Amino acid sequence: MQSKSKKEWNEQTLNPLKSRFKERKENFDTDSGIPIKPLYTNEDNNFEYSKDLGYPGEYPYTRGVQANMYRGRLWSMRQYAGLASPEESNNRYRYLLDQGQTGLSVAFDLPTQTGYDSDHPMSLGEVGKSGVPISSLSDMEILFKDIPLEKVSTSMTINATAPILLALYIAVAKRQGANINELKGTIQNDILKEYIARGTYIYPPEQSMRLVTDIFEYCSKNLPKWNTISVSGYHIREAGSTAIQELAFTFSNAITYVEYALETGLNIDDFAGQLSFFFVAQNNLFEEIAKFRAARRIWANIMKNRFKAKNPRSCMLRFHTQTAGVTLTAQQTDNNIIRTTVQALGAILGGTQSLHVNSKDEALGLPTEESAQISLRTQQILAYESGISETVDPLAGSYYIEELTNELENSAMEYINKIDHLGGALKALDRNFQVDEIHNNAYKLQNEIDDNKRIVVGVNKFQSEKFKIDKIQSINPLETKKQLKRLNQTKSKRSNKEVKASLKTLKEIATTKENIFPQILKCVECYATLGEISNVLREVFGEYTQLNSL
Amino acid sequence: MIKVLIAKSGLDGHDRGAKIIVRALRDAGMEVTYTGIRQTPEMIVDTAMELNVNVIGLSTLSGAHLTLFPQIVEGIKKNKLDKIIILAGGIIPNEDKKELEKLGIKGIFGPGTPTNEIIKFIETQVNSS
Repeated sequence: MQSKSKKEWNEQTLNPLKSRFKERKENFDTDSGIPIKPLYTNEDNNFEYSKDLGYPGEYPYTRGVQANMYRGRLWSMRQYAGLASPEESNNRYRYLLDQGQTGLSVAFDLPTQTGYDSDHPMSLGEVGKSGVPISSLSDMEILFKDIPLEKVSTSMTINATAPILLALYIAVAKRQGANINELKGTIQNDILKEYIARGTYIYPPEQSMRLVTDIFEYCSKNLPKWNTISVSGYHIREAGSTAIQELAFTFSNAITYVEYALETGLNIDDFAGQLSFFFVAQNNLFEEIAKFRAARRIWANIMKNRFKAKNPRSCMLRFHTQTAGVTLTAQQTDNNIIRTTVQALGAILGGTQSLHVNSKDEALGLPTEESAQISLRTQQILAYESGISETVDPLAGSYYIEELTNELENSAMEYINKIDHLGGALKALDRNFQVDEIHNNAYKLQNEIDDNKRIVVGVNKFQSEKFKIDKIQSINPLETKKQLKRLNQTKSKRSNKEVKASLKTLKEIATTKENIFPQILKCVECYATLGEISNVLREVFGEYTQLNSL
Repeated sequence: MIKVLIAKSGLDGHDRGAKIIVRALRDAGMEVTYTGIRQTPEMIVDTAMELNVNVIGLSTLSGAHLTLFPQIVEGIKKNKLDKIIILAGGIIPNEDKKELEKLGIKGIFGPGTPTNEIIKFIETQVNSS
């Protein structure tokens, strides 16, 4: 036992020092504004090992969802990529798999994400820009050419048009002769955060929620290994929230999905094991590690106590992590490699299931092949050289980490309760609650940077003009032409009679409560386009316009 | 009072930066309107005319700027609104900047720009025009 109390140490040792030498700052806080003490000891510790931490692989999963974590299998190194065309993207995926990447992650362009074919006027200038354009099964067949879908796991960042892209994936897999029961992967399918932070919505919330739960139901029966949603805090945080808000808004969205699924008659344990999550790894290392640990405890608690889940898998928070795009600077871009390394370290020490490391040049444009390789190498160096993955949850028991984990859990739960009182995530959204909260914090952060209260190396301190980036990834305009030509060819080769009939049936089903997914699958299989299917749904469901509270 | 329209063109939903600029310009005493996301070039030109603004700030992070911005500039010229000062922000590669400047876009502000710099730029431009 210590011979003196922390209070005595404060008085006898710390305070005399502080009176002679002022500390660097008046207040020390985490990014979420949690005050940081100069020292944490066992006097600060208010955790009960068996109740708050437990063993990894067991409730409440604070220490990890698997018993031996990365000693069994490393996290999936899953670099998000989508180039100007299905051909180029296919090449990049096969290259990444050759380089030792262990899962695919598809970025789609904005027309694909918002339900427009590549030839739609709204698509002008956007085709192939922020990801690969997919307008029909012809494109999807090229995207996954010579990639055995029964063997890889594929994550697709797709939301409003998630049912169409999942249907296309299943259609390609079927043509490859794969058993669709075996398909492994994830669709983001998290429409609520699109209204809150990311912006690729199409239909109003209620109708969108039906599409989400139709996928839950279809997959629970047909694609049992598929993650039907990746409830995302990533974009909420990137839009400007704190770590606490990231947790709170993500989980209040997740609660809404679960409630809707239960309402359609699904049992909690039939679909909960297929829910997955997506968080950011930001700069503030210890707060981020604590965030991931708190996240697991919060979710386990919600599933067990609020939704009465019985299956242990339902209570396990499995998540993907990406480093923070907003922290990348356009100035002195090599510094971004260091930033993403620290962020990736946080994700791994936090127990992520898969990881994407951003590239150094992404504040300027799309990453080059070279910078994308550095990102993958960053993961490999952390995995194979640093030794951080050789034991489970190595920071558990740290007075500071456990205290932060408690603080984040408690503050996030308070916020979740507040949203519950507003009537849940959808009702809160009606009054722009989340959007305004995020914007207020984003503005506060910007002011701190502008006032030099928050240092960004190379931006508001330690500037230098000496090293400028010379090469950025350019997009070949010929790829867009090829894309448009293929779309025309597809439309002239397919049976338009069959397409028309399948779209008509789709429209009929859209007006009922029947699960719409099997008919979307039929539509894509006869080469109805993404735009045609989305248009039918627009006619029946209507379109959403965001409340502009600014 | 300086009147500003901050506009998000195309399908890009990233509006953290655009909204920060709205608020910063407003705090600097300007009258600022935000269009919201997913605006076509026509919608942006129409709104600018209707509000009779001095300045349009265009924001895009999706890479569609070389297609969409020229259409907006053309719409402005066609409606004889040449007095309007057009600015751009977002992820705009260096090599595209020259092309946008040739179009008549007066200022291009990339990531890391302090909001004060944009405020001063607008004040100087408006006062000298």
